[in-house]
Amino acid sequence: MESVSLRLHGAQLLKDVSFAVQPGEVLTILGPNGAGKSTLLRVLSGEWAPGAGEVTFNGRPIQQWHAAERARAMAVLPQGATLDFPFTCEEVVMLGRTPHDTGLQRDTEIVSAALTAVDGSHLRGRIYTQLSGGEKQRVQLARVLAQIWEPVADQARILILDEPTASFDLAHQQLTLDLVQQLAGQGFGVVMVLHDLNMAARCATRMLLLDCGRMVEHGTPLAVLTPDNIRRVFGVSAVVQTNPLTGNPLVIT
Amino acid sequence: MRLLRHRQLIWALLIALPVVLVIGMLSGAVWITPPAFIATLQQSLLEGVSSLESLILFSIRLPRVILAALLGAVLAGAGAAMQGLFRNPLADPSLIGVASGASAGAGFVVVFGGAFFSAGWVPAGLVGMSLVALGAFGGGFVAVILVYRLATTEAGTSVATMLLAGIAISALAGALNSLFSFFADNDMLRRISLWQMGSLEGANWERVGIVAVAALLMVAVLPRQSQALNALLLGESEARHLGVAVESLKRRIILITAFGVGIAVATSGIVAFVGLMVPHWVRLLIGPDHRYLIPGSLLMGAVFMVVADTLARVLILPAELPTGVITALLGAPFFVSLLIQQRRRNYSGVLP
Repeated sequence: MESVSLRLHGAQLLKDVSFAVQPGEVLTILGPNGAGKSTLLRVLSGEWAPGAGEVTFNGRPIQQWHAAERARAMAVLPQGATLDFPFTCEEVVMLGRTPHDTGLQRDTEIVSAALTAVDGSHLRGRIYTQLSGGEKQRVQLARVLAQIWEPVADQARILILDEPTASFDLAHQQLTLDLVQQLAGQGFGVVMVLHDLNMAARCATRMLLLDCGRMVEHGTPLAVLTPDNIRRVFGVSAVVQTNPLTGNPLVIT
Repeated sequence: MRLLRHRQLIWALLIALPVVLVIGMLSGAVWITPPAFIATLQQSLLEGVSSLESLILFSIRLPRVILAALLGAVLAGAGAAMQGLFRNPLADPSLIGVASGASAGAGFVVVFGGAFFSAGWVPAGLVGMSLVALGAFGGGFVAVILVYRLATTEAGTSVATMLLAGIAISALAGALNSLFSFFADNDMLRRISLWQMGSLEGANWERVGIVAVAALLMVAVLPRQSQALNALLLGESEARHLGVAVESLKRRIILITAFGVGIAVATSGIVAFVGLMVPHWVRLLIGPDHRYLIPGSLLMGAVFMVVADTLARVLILPAELPTGVITALLGAPFFVSLLIQQRRRNYSGVLP
């Protein structure tokens, strides 16, 4: 992503944002409400065209990708998905295989592997509309995992998640963060918006701090999560220590 | 939750369709027994002898039951596609203004068509469609184009705006219709209101041909959209991220629905509730997957419509009820029971 800016209806939503995500990296985007995090994800995923600047994915401008071809290498989990039709969970996850034609047998294998990865294999036959919020979110996560489960034509794969842990209990938050790190270990690039600074610190290789559409800081968790930055962006005084369990920064407010 | 496997349903409907077609052919003011039916079949097919029975069977009832089957398929298929497009199981083809636009068009022709006709401005009819039918088709199409244009900006077509535009245009068309009725005499009023009830009384092979075009188009186009419609149920941006070309999908669905329902309304008036109910039944039986929902709805629509039309013909012999009255009588209570069920289940977010 190269010096991207976006104006919409006269409002400057993004101003001169640049960063790159390599395979194996986890980039978390932090910032207060209205900072432009979701907008950034929209531009990054090619849903909105940037007003200025350029987004490239695997060496090619994102707008030049054919939609189906892009969907085989890039999966996006937006916030608050709504689905009011009584699909079974297995069918919902299977929708992630829409851009592929690998055959029913392979797709079924991938769907059960993806459900297992989010601790959802027991949900497989349940009706999606009857699940709790957290369970729905896990099924949606399994759907985007199934979408890019296998590399196609040796393209690097990227997973874009907008607050993936928003309605999870503690155990499933941890599980998701572990899963994200594990995927990065397999060569995925991961970009995700998180609100919890400490969760972000646990799994990010790099962080991007956003405020009013501008980059405030971009770098390692240690460089981004300083008391100074936190006060500047969130208006909250905080102490930053080292997490005795993981060695990552620990923000105490 | 799922009452049937999709294959079971498709097979059951494939068997039921010829059965109800034959029963429809046997029933009516003149009842024909199965042995007489087989005898007539033999006579007219093998020996080329025509009789009163063969005239009734092949010139009157056969086009009628086939027209009913095709209409049911078109309306139900359009309903399934609309519910997918609006991501709402309570959507109906009339939401985009086709039906009310067609009413206004038909009303206009009934009231003012005579004046134009006597002035020699318009031909008496085209390929078996009466002037009223042409007026209805034109009115329906104009309404859909208005609704679509209102909802479309550079950023794409907003389904929510389309819903509101559909309501607005329907209201406008309703007002025009009232205006035309105001200028109508008694005979015209009766024709307008009979037309609005929906009837297959004027069935003939030309009409069968026209509706068959719409039905074939749906059979050819709709099933290919089923994967994309499934993805669309997740949400528009989700579908886009799954590689679906959402804007062209919407355009295709709206065009084919408008065309199909426009033709259906033009040939037979407004047959209510088929587009709403039939996909719903199919969904209750086999689930919401469009790969099975669309063929299931097309077939179920055909079967249901043949049954409803047969009932319309025999319930008050020797007279005949408008078919739309039967479907509405069956449909309205069903709709209410659906609402009650969903309220009980606390189904959130069904209405937009």
